Amino acid sequence: MKRIAVSALCVGLSCAANPVLAATDLVIATVNNGHMIEMQKLGKFFEQKNPDIKLKWVTLEEAVLRQRMTTDIATKGGQFDLMTIGIYETPIWAKKGWLLPIKTDAAYDIDDLLPTIRDGLSQNGQLYAAPFYGESSMIMYRSDLVKKAGMAINDRPTWDHLRNVAAKIHDPANGVYGICLRGKPGWGDNMALITTIANSYGGQLFDMKWQPQFTSKPWKDAVTMYVDLMKKYGPPGSSSNSFNEVLAMFNEGKCGIWIDATIAASFITDPKQSKVADKVAFAQSPVGVTERGANWLWAWSLAIPKSSKHPDAAQKFINWATSKEYIKLVAKEAGWANVPTGTRKSTYASPEFARAAKFATAEAAALATANLKQSTLPPSPYVGVQYAAIPEFQTIGIAAGQQMTAALLGKVTVDQALATAQQAAEREMRKAGYYK
Amino acid sequence: MNRAMPRALLTPAVAAIAAISVVPLLITLYYAFVKFSLLEPGDHPFHGGENFYFFFTDNAFLPALQNTFILMFSVMVVTVVGGAALALLINEAFPGRMLVRVLLISPFLIMPAVNALMWKNMLLNPIYGLFAQVSRFLGLTPVDWLSAHPLLSIIMMVAWQWLPFACLIFMTALQSMDREQLEAAGMDGANYLQKLRYLYIPHLWRAVSVVLMIEMIFLLSVFAEIFTTTGGGPGFETTTITFMIYQQALQAYDIGAASAGALFAVLLANIAAFFLMRVIGKNLAK
Repeated sequence: MKRIAVSALCVGLSCAANPVLAATDLVIATVNNGHMIEMQKLGKFFEQKNPDIKLKWVTLEEAVLRQRMTTDIATKGGQFDLMTIGIYETPIWAKKGWLLPIKTDAAYDIDDLLPTIRDGLSQNGQLYAAPFYGESSMIMYRSDLVKKAGMAINDRPTWDHLRNVAAKIHDPANGVYGICLRGKPGWGDNMALITTIANSYGGQLFDMKWQPQFTSKPWKDAVTMYVDLMKKYGPPGSSSNSFNEVLAMFNEGKCGIWIDATIAASFITDPKQSKVADKVAFAQSPVGVTERGANWLWAWSLAIPKSSKHPDAAQKFINWATSKEYIKLVAKEAGWANVPTGTRKSTYASPEFARAAKFATAEAAALATANLKQSTLPPSPYVGVQYAAIPEFQTIGIAAGQQMTAALLGKVTVDQALATAQQAAEREMRKAGYYK
Repeated sequence: MNRAMPRALLTPAVAAIAAISVVPLLITLYYAFVKFSLLEPGDHPFHGGENFYFFFTDNAFLPALQNTFILMFSVMVVTVVGGAALALLINEAFPGRMLVRVLLISPFLIMPAVNALMWKNMLLNPIYGLFAQVSRFLGLTPVDWLSAHPLLSIIMMVAWQWLPFACLIFMTALQSMDREQLEAAGMDGANYLQKLRYLYIPHLWRAVSVVLMIEMIFLLSVFAEIFTTTGGGPGFETTTITFMIYQQALQAYDIGAASAGALFAVLLANIAAFFLMRVIGKNLAK
């Protein structure tokens, strides 16, 4: 018994003391959407090229991911070597000095990145996060239903016209709802859409003195129109629908019109996922009084926190995962219709992509017209189309989103909802010291 | 025997427990009085009662207080009444009693988040859920539970999860009843309702106090169900004090305000416990 114990102790100690050729473990925090899951599958190609690096993926849902990453980076936890952050966090974190600049070589061709996205992810001309996937928003509609109703949807229709089309094709008895939009509360869920609607009515999130504008006329018009549209021609249960839920409904053929992320186009035109794949057409987002800020801009990017334990390995991975070669790799493994789009000009210039993706032109046009710095009709002090790149915006967006959902459900009037959102926003801005 | 020796030997264990329970409270106490936001690096200056003021003047505070009490009270009533009824029902032996008992206890073992998602997606969904299917079968329009009755939906989920706990406590309490007294009462001509009123319920009263005490501690911190289903509800309808603390800590990244809220919740729990002890204690003394 004693001999066994002693020998076990020796084996244990020798294992602990034996420095096995330790591979560098790269811990990557990422969001659970389709392109990221594809990247995890293709990670083995990177590991083959770099045998001394092992990829460890931490996949989380967007809100939880954001919390974990912010807490980690603010407390210098060093838990993650690489983070998937959005175009909202990048300018905030870069300004705070939380991110390492991205080092790229000539083969990366940094000028190939779409200018608006590259600009949104840089500070003083230096890139702080490499875009992995970018999106704007546009109208996706059932061309068969619209044609049968004898109507048409062209680029930049007015909201009134879109409403008329929705009214004509709304047929709940046969399971078709005129228009399906996001209603789930969240600054990246319903507020992303509603803010673009407000922008198109000539509104803004904050005026030049950083006063929130939720009780201004453009916001009132926008939200009143949105609530009315959804009540009359929308599906039931909209208040719990975000991107994934409406996508499922559209794929089942339940929606006539949908305004959402351009990435949706790749799913609804895929015959393997969608029952209406060949009946879909696209148009640029609707306008109220202006085109400015009518379609949003978002990009998921890879960034290296300052507390990263393996910054060089992280740089290598970023250069691989956001390169032209990676896009070609996804095309080879999963098909051109499934490549991550919205990052490089070369993707749109590629003839194979144009052939495989019916939505390529519409998506490129949407991306080109979404401008982070000129997203509103009146001048604004913030950067961002459907958000403001200030840390306080997250709480404000969440509170406003909850109020919008309450208005959608009829629990409060539109005026009450906007007033509550305004009050919550003013409190946050006052606490943060923007004004007394 | 010398008292110093056993005390000295117990010190490491006691110190560990004290550290785990008291240190976080002290840290929270400290953070509640300083300005600490994760998004603003730098030192943490003394902030006085600002954090408390900010927490109490939140538009959501009064609704949250109300919702917290409604949630706790409703779940406690449902679990005590339902648990007692179930325990009385399965008190007598019948074939399959073992299996029924196991099935009755099971909901308590499910993780709260799993419980919430199961209710949300399988039962309450207005298009695909079981309740909707039953409504359609009966010819009624399905109710969108989580939008139309959010707090009621949360109460249903939490009550369903805690009913087995109350049932278990009452089951064991009933096992310890004096059989001879019950038989004597039966022979004296007491019917079931009389036995219930004079024998069963007074005996269960002690178990009720235990159930209420434990449930109060845990129901105050109900979070997973609200987070995974309504995220605070349309407007403020399912925001509770605990959810407000989460919002301050992890959405606004304001640790100071969240700590202030947490201290308030501790105070609330103590006040509720005090009143509960007095009410139950008075009845027990009778």
